[in-house]
Amino acid sequence: MVPLWMYLVVAAALFCVGMFGVLSRRNAIAILMSIELMLNAVNINLVAFWRYQAPERLNGQAFAAFVFAVAAAETAVGLALIISLYRRRKSVVADDANLMKW
Amino acid sequence: MFEAPSIGDLNIAATLPATLLALGACIFLLVDLFVPKDRKYITALLAAAGLLTSLVLALLSLMNIIEFGSGETAFAGLYIADQFTDVVNVVVLFTGLMGVLVAYNYLDRIGKQRGEYYYLLLFTTVGVMFMGSAGDLVTVFVALELLSIPLYILSGFRWPQEQSEESALKYFILGAFSSGFLVYGIAMIYGATGTTEFRGIWLAVDEIIAQDLSSKYLLLLGAGLTLVGLGFKVAAVPFHMWTPDVYQGAPTSVVAYMSVAAKVGGFAALVRVFASGMSNFVLDGATAAAWQDTMWLIAALTMILGNLVAIVQTDLKRLFAYSSIAHAGYILTAVAAAGSAAVTNEAAQAVAIYLAAYAFTNIGVFAVIISVEKDDSSNTGLDSLRGMSRTQPLLAASMTLFMFSLTGIPLTAGFVGKWFVFKSAIAADLFPVAVIGVLTSLVSAYYYLRIVWLMYFEEGEPQVYIPWPLASAISLAVVGTLLLGIFPYLLQEMAQDIVLAFGR
Repeated sequence: MVPLWMYLVVAAALFCVGMFGVLSRRNAIAILMSIELMLNAVNINLVAFWRYQAPERLNGQAFAAFVFAVAAAETAVGLALIISLYRRRKSVVADDANLMKW
Repeated sequence: MFEAPSIGDLNIAATLPATLLALGACIFLLVDLFVPKDRKYITALLAAAGLLTSLVLALLSLMNIIEFGSGETAFAGLYIADQFTDVVNVVVLFTGLMGVLVAYNYLDRIGKQRGEYYYLLLFTTVGVMFMGSAGDLVTVFVALELLSIPLYILSGFRWPQEQSEESALKYFILGAFSSGFLVYGIAMIYGATGTTEFRGIWLAVDEIIAQDLSSKYLLLLGAGLTLVGLGFKVAAVPFHMWTPDVYQGAPTSVVAYMSVAAKVGGFAALVRVFASGMSNFVLDGATAAAWQDTMWLIAALTMILGNLVAIVQTDLKRLFAYSSIAHAGYILTAVAAAGSAAVTNEAAQAVAIYLAAYAFTNIGVFAVIISVEKDDSSNTGLDSLRGMSRTQPLLAASMTLFMFSLTGIPLTAGFVGKWFVFKSAIAADLFPVAVIGVLTSLVSAYYYLRIVWLMYFEEGEPQVYIPWPLASAISLAVVGTLLLGIFPYLLQEMAQDIVLAFGR
């Protein structure tokens, strides 16, 4: 059987890829996709922990389902915001949103 | 294999104020479809009535006149109905009511009188209520998103105005990013303890510490990442970068509401997760919980940076964004104090007291800003208040009271809040942080009292627009600030039954 730590390493790698994407990409849609990667990394963690640490209760699996649902809601709102920005500027580059600075 | 609980065991009655409001918000969402465009006051009235009903129910529960349901937990441990829940409910429902009052005419003026505003506001309120009553990390996460997602939309409510859209996009990207950290942290805590329920976590932590298991490192990582996620919500340094931009760009009525509600939710969750779930996470024979040092360091940084940067601001909305960061630092001081086992309950009480005091004052401040703001959202600079005492003596006096309260001058609510926060910090042997808190309060006096100076001792002819809902919101804020300041006994009485630590 595959040991638990392998799952954790994959999840951590995926999370870091997502984090790098959020920090480095300029396209708002790519940022959104990277955030999805981060949340999916969490799902791998949750399900792996559930299977190896506490398979007698459904906690981990149920939590993963909640994460799906919330991620979908977040994406819907995020895309709506990006579209409304795009309609006016014909651009989805997040760096262009720079009216306010301290 | 898995048995579903019967509906009677769920103890739904205990969650009455929150579930009733959630149900109401869903119904208003449908009702609003049948309300004609020029009669959106009907939706506003319905929303206000819904908030008021829940507020009355929560107040009855707070004063122990009626106890809804039986026992303290509901939904099989996902929901906790204790004194802390009641306090959070009352504070946020009051904030929501004020949010409707300040918004109604403002939305008319900016030409965005739409029903969506009111039910989105109700949904965030429900989110905060569930965060305050979370008994499980699942509830914390779902409630946090229920609080955040409508706020992203509300920040961009003034589309196609560029600033509003930009603030919504910034808030959304950083908010979603930070919630990724939060769930990763929650997954680590789950991995270390095998459960997501706070009582289960507490018991598991006891075992981890007693047997010195290696899963303590996993728990440490989980606690750290959870702190990042929630620290973002409450705008603690170094996760505060979004605050000034969002506060400046979002419609002022939204800022008035979210500067209080998002903080109440974030701190309620911080208290639940750290003070209640992991208060016994003491490593290597230390005297306080492992997260205490990090927490007070963040608190100190937040107080220092918030207050210092606020000094140089010239825009009122930005100034009060930094001021709200500074106040997050004061409350974090109390959260840090909760890391010492003997002080946990006292510190949780201090958090509740500070939040109540802060709610009255801060929403009043933004109501005053709404009254001077022009329809195109300009005129929110410091100059807009210049000479206000001559044309609007009452409004200037209210603003002065709010400034005194935010500074923490005695006989105002802000003083009472700071008193209890610093008292709990000293009880937890955190002298340096308490000293930093008092010193930064002195610094804050400079920019708060400069506003008073502008209103009373400089020339100017400010134009204000105060319809009756806004005026009544400001009066309520004034009454609350004075009442809680002159009779601190009220707050103390309210908070003294808060017991968060699980018994050994």
